[in-house]
Amino acid sequence: MTPFLDLAAIDVAYPPKRVVENVSFKMNSAAIGCLLGPSGCGKTTLLRAIAGFEPIQSGSIRLEGTELSRPGWTLPPEQRRIGMMFQDLALFPHLTVADNVAFGLRGWKADERRARVRDLLRLVGLDEYARRYPHQISGGQQQRVALARALAPRPRLLLLDEPFSSLDVALREDLAHEIRAILLREGIGGLLVSHDQFEAFAFADQIGVLDQGRLLQWDNAYNLYHRPTDHFVADFIGQGVFLPGQMGEGSRVCTELGDIDGIPLAGCEPGDPVEVLVRPDDVTHDDASPLAAEVVERAFRGAEFLYTLKLPSGARLLCLAPSHHNHRLGERIGIRLEIDHLVMFRRG
Amino acid sequence: MTVSLEPGASAPRLATSPIAGHGFFQWLRAQWVGLDRWVLLVVGVSLLLALPVLTVFVTALQPAGAVWRHLADTVLADYVRNSLLLMLGVGVGTLLIGVPAAWLTSIHEFPGRRLFEWMLLLPMAIPAYIIAYTYTGLLDFAGPVQTALRESFHWSRQDYWFPEIRSLPGAVLMLALVLYPYVYLLARAAFLEQSVAVLEVSRSLGAGPWRRFHAVSLPMARPALIAGVSLVQMEALADYGTVQYFGVSTFTTGIFRVWYGMNDSIAAAQLAGLLLLFVFALLVFERFSRRLARFHHTGNRQFRPARLALRGRWRWLATLACLLPLLFGFLLPAGQLAIWAFRTAPRMMDGRFWHLLSHSLSLALGAALLILALALLLGYGQRLRPRPLARAAVRGAGLGYAVPGTVVAIGVMLPLAAIDRGVDGWARQWLGLSTGLLLSGTVMALLFAYCTRFLPVALHSVEAGLARIRPSMDDAARALGATPRAVLWRVHIPMLRGSLLTAVLLVFVDVLKELPATLILRPFNFNTLAVRTYELASDERLADSASFALAVVLAGIGPVILLSRAIGRSRPGYDAVS
Repeated sequence: MTPFLDLAAIDVAYPPKRVVENVSFKMNSAAIGCLLGPSGCGKTTLLRAIAGFEPIQSGSIRLEGTELSRPGWTLPPEQRRIGMMFQDLALFPHLTVADNVAFGLRGWKADERRARVRDLLRLVGLDEYARRYPHQISGGQQQRVALARALAPRPRLLLLDEPFSSLDVALREDLAHEIRAILLREGIGGLLVSHDQFEAFAFADQIGVLDQGRLLQWDNAYNLYHRPTDHFVADFIGQGVFLPGQMGEGSRVCTELGDIDGIPLAGCEPGDPVEVLVRPDDVTHDDASPLAAEVVERAFRGAEFLYTLKLPSGARLLCLAPSHHNHRLGERIGIRLEIDHLVMFRRG
Repeated sequence: MTVSLEPGASAPRLATSPIAGHGFFQWLRAQWVGLDRWVLLVVGVSLLLALPVLTVFVTALQPAGAVWRHLADTVLADYVRNSLLLMLGVGVGTLLIGVPAAWLTSIHEFPGRRLFEWMLLLPMAIPAYIIAYTYTGLLDFAGPVQTALRESFHWSRQDYWFPEIRSLPGAVLMLALVLYPYVYLLARAAFLEQSVAVLEVSRSLGAGPWRRFHAVSLPMARPALIAGVSLVQMEALADYGTVQYFGVSTFTTGIFRVWYGMNDSIAAAQLAGLLLLFVFALLVFERFSRRLARFHHTGNRQFRPARLALRGRWRWLATLACLLPLLFGFLLPAGQLAIWAFRTAPRMMDGRFWHLLSHSLSLALGAALLILALALLLGYGQRLRPRPLARAAVRGAGLGYAVPGTVVAIGVMLPLAAIDRGVDGWARQWLGLSTGLLLSGTVMALLFAYCTRFLPVALHSVEAGLARIRPSMDDAARALGATPRAVLWRVHIPMLRGSLLTAVLLVFVDVLKELPATLILRPFNFNTLAVRTYELASDERLADSASFALAVVLAGIGPVILLSRAIGRSRPGYDAVS
């Protein structure tokens, strides 16, 4: 089966700088993906290449088996049937809400066009605002207009360039869920660009983590968190610290907190230096434990405390403890390591 | 203009082959690849528009001739002194009128405040030379004021002293009366933008209204005030009509005298070059203070609390402080013009008047459309190909607004006359006939000068309009299936419409009012409203000139209405969509 969206080893450059390097991934139809990474990692450029706004210097981009971009040739964006929501929304200020939504329906019969606009405005809950101008409605409503406008011409794929970044957190999550539901219902593929991992987790089935123009891992959220294949991914997704250790016999790793059973790292000899990823939920507070660490910082999170602990060697750990375990700064508390998914990387 | 238009963020699309490595050569190549016909066109047009100023500078550097030495020995010191005094006086005058008016209308409430807010701009509609003619008529010996004084006190000519309006202080007063709106506008904007929190903090620290004004608001507005005064002083230096009529020797009148009286184009250009140095000093000053003004904003803008309502005699003093500039800057002179026009119109508004009116209007409209087309070309070219070279060239051409019309005229005349002489000589030699004045004595020369002088006005509007169309708008339209050409018609043109109309209106009125460049460059027997007003006034036919002057003033009210609407409500639409 041909994948729905297929990027094969593409490079994008703003001469003389290469912004996206050798990126490949595949997405299945009606799936929702996300490109996640810090600002300047090339995720927006990658999205714009898929939309057809940037030419690619090598590789190819295919949608439903047809080639959209190859070096030296770019199918113009207006012929791709790919919708896009922009970070600044880019609503046309001189057109009403209804006319904004109808913008992409050139060539439709008038009654069909009207019906489509009405349907979409109802879909996003704005049927009463059809006659307003963009500046007369709220930020959240503008977001919905942008969504309706992008969906109107029935695109095959919808690209979203951080469209929620201007909203407050509560509204952001609601809208992300809502858009996800609409895309799944309409059978439209979606690809979001974001720097916010929680937004990505809430919205996407598959997430690609980018750094400095390279796609480091393309996977689902669970695996990104628990089975990161790259040091940057492990650091970028979730919280955690790297605890230095040494490979022991077989698959054992020796750390300050004792020996841990793991999977042997390829090419690692016993005695090689490694570092082990320890998430806050891997450290359990246990007064009976012989291991003790000093509380150096604490943050109250309601149901739990996030403690920053200092080990005798000076290394630090994060620990989530239920909030009835109220410890003062400087106190020494007992901890236990409970690592389900051991993640480690060679050190140095 | 629609050839190969691919609007919007197309800069990075020039990428061609795979890129290997970084470095200077790649940078150089990126620059070079960018040099396509758009860039060349933009740079070419900009250079053409900068030609007059460059000509003046180059000519001014030539060794001093006999005329120049004569000037330097005799009148040059007078020119410099009078020009400086004029600058200084007009600067102080506009501050004294504009700042209190802005302070009162922007933060306080008093009778008539809403009307004054925009009516204080009305004097801008009157060109300085017209207000000078009007006051001369009002205040001279036979004028209504002195006549009334003599009649009520039974004086005769030698019984009293009356100030002479046709003098340097008179010119300062005239220019200040019509130029203060620049200071008023910038000061007003500065006062309104000041953070309310800062004023509230000073209040909580015990500062009363006077201290808040001179210790907080005024220092914070200083950069804006300096920028306003610099603009005003540039206008004062550029003035020809007023100082000529009042017999004050300044650079501009000196240039005319040397050009026509001594027939020495080199010396005239040298005077013009000296004047340009003054202007550019002011320009640097203005730019610098505008940059400072940006740093003078602290904190966020918030909703303004209710205005401070003035009480008791303060309310009426405030009303008076706003009424006086309006009265002397607009109501009185416009009223006098209307009375004269009413009296003389039956005689003056004959077939020739209507002919001159339509001629003048169509010249202004034609020039405005031409300038708009050039401004669009430069604005769009820069948007399509944002290259530093093109940007620098356009910035250079954009300095024209600061260059006095007299200087532009000299700078246009010299190269065009040289071309005419060359062509004529060639034709005589090879064809045996004289081609005469092909360029220098024609409307072409006039249009060229208008383009140099007024393009920046139109360019400013066009660029502001284009800046509002963020690149993402282009992308959004294309993602929705619009071709580049459709983007132009369905997104850009509708969004630009307001800016384009503004540009045309502003340039139209500026051309209509323009006096010195038109005087120098107009073809034989070619008249405009402004020139006819000047001619009649020079013949001491002030009442007869009123119909023409009034037509110019009425046209000038257009931009004032535009400005006052912009003041009334900053339109929420375009910027709020971000």
